[in-house]
Amino acid sequence: MPHDVTLAKLGERFPDVGLAPSEFRDNRRIVCPRERLFDVLAFLQSDCGFDMLADLTAVDYLEYPDARDRFGVVYALAATVANERLYVKVMLNEPDLDLPSAVPLWKGADWLEREIYDMFGIRFVGHPDLRRILMPQEFAAFPLRKDYPLRGHGERHNFPVLTREES
Amino acid sequence: MSLDLSEPIAAAAERTEQEYLWTLNFGPQHPATHTTLRLILKLDGERVVDAIPDIGFLHSGFEKLGEHLDYNQYVTITDRMNYISPGANNIAWHMAVEKLLDLELTPRCKYIRVILAELSRIADHLLCVGAAALDLGALTAFLYAFNQRELIYQIQECMAGQRFFPSYTRVGGLMYDVDEQFVRLVRDFLDQFPRVHDDLVRLLNRNRIFVDRTKGVGVLSREDAINWSCSGPIARASGVTRDLRRDEPYLCYSDFDFMVACSTGGDAYARYLVRMAEMLESLKIVRQAIENLPAGPVNVDVATRVMLPAKPRVYSTIEGLIQHFEVIMTNRGFTTPREECYTATESPNGELGFYIVGNGSMRAYRARCRPPSFVHFAIFPLLIRGHTISDVVAVLGSLNIIAAELDR
Repeated sequence: MPHDVTLAKLGERFPDVGLAPSEFRDNRRIVCPRERLFDVLAFLQSDCGFDMLADLTAVDYLEYPDARDRFGVVYALAATVANERLYVKVMLNEPDLDLPSAVPLWKGADWLEREIYDMFGIRFVGHPDLRRILMPQEFAAFPLRKDYPLRGHGERHNFPVLTREES
Repeated sequence: MSLDLSEPIAAAAERTEQEYLWTLNFGPQHPATHTTLRLILKLDGERVVDAIPDIGFLHSGFEKLGEHLDYNQYVTITDRMNYISPGANNIAWHMAVEKLLDLELTPRCKYIRVILAELSRIADHLLCVGAAALDLGALTAFLYAFNQRELIYQIQECMAGQRFFPSYTRVGGLMYDVDEQFVRLVRDFLDQFPRVHDDLVRLLNRNRIFVDRTKGVGVLSREDAINWSCSGPIARASGVTRDLRRDEPYLCYSDFDFMVACSTGGDAYARYLVRMAEMLESLKIVRQAIENLPAGPVNVDVATRVMLPAKPRVYSTIEGLIQHFEVIMTNRGFTTPREECYTATESPNGELGFYIVGNGSMRAYRARCRPPSFVHFAIFPLLIRGHTISDVVAVLGSLNIIAAELDR
């Protein structure tokens, strides 16, 4: 299904949602409000042929020039039959960092959502097993947030140094 | 052994609380995991009732580093993601950067990148096939495969001066141009590889032990493959006819005549067959590329201000020196649009994508890597439930999990 047909169908099904379609290079994108995210994703999967979630990632816009929202989560959808791609973005702000889980739609979202939770602290409501995946379970911070430094926080040189006499 | 997927899973779910199930830690240090990944297996005798992957042992914050290194420096980090085929990662990263900058590469650069990508694919598949056979007890195939990888290392050394981690690409071009020796080495490789491929086929395709241990093991259906976001040889072995080289042609893949190897088996044996077939297709692409290698410059014009000018120009003219400094100095460099884009390439393991957010500076604001291994390892519990513990290594080998890419 060509991109303009997808957009037309979306506009017909969700007339009250401003999807703000944009294009950059070959990436076709829409922005979706969080309240309607799951409905839009489910509609894209069932009616527009986007049967694959190619990637799911998040961006922390804390230090981004002229950014209004803190987090952006990007769903990179792919239609394997029509060979189309669509990027659905949803913006989030603290303290309410909950998103509906996409696992009921695409099983592939399972680990990708766990990784976003692990790295950004964005919780996916309805995820079957939302645990940290790369960092240790007892890790307290979210390392890919922009307020987490590259080095210095919780690193070895911050630990108290034991001298031979003290030990 | 034929596999009925529905029954064992349902039965397993009921039996999970049973006392006689015992837990086995498979890894993080185990010869068949190749690197460090851990599986917690729930066993009923020899039968695997459930498997819980536990990853993160090799997590090294590559994506965080990507926000602090500039676009050219980060290529050395991409080498270390899938270290079995680093050339493919270099190309994927710089293709993403070039899409962000809207740079059009020179024809010669595209051809050389295609040759590197396809040689990387052959090297990756050789290791995957060889190691999968090794885990099932066939040492000879592994040695044959590794011998060929050595020749590819020599080609990489000739291209980039580095055997293992070439870091060969740059924004808008390559580190160096290739020379006649490179062409000779590639031609030599092309001439002798089909014979070795034949040897591998004869060693494994009808090998009773290999076939018995891989056929019907770890079956992935077409619907599951798509729903679980699988790509590359694993999806193609399940009947998904999707190859980004053909479907979303990048570089100059549309110039070449090649076929997309697919199978409908969906089991470990089908994944092996797809990889073997893909090697020959890659060989076809390399042969077409090396015989039609265009002349001309290998880098984009220095006027684009992303590429260093040629050294003689830097040393002999003031303009060249200034251009050099403009690119090198940390407070200069090129500017990127304040935009974000996702670029996917068909890496040997599947779809390797980079999501780059540019903020105007020389450094990516966010450098997300979509690693195929990470997505593929998520399906492991699905594939192994109901099989025996000896099938764990067969399935693991067929998925070609590279832990450095898995954890990044």
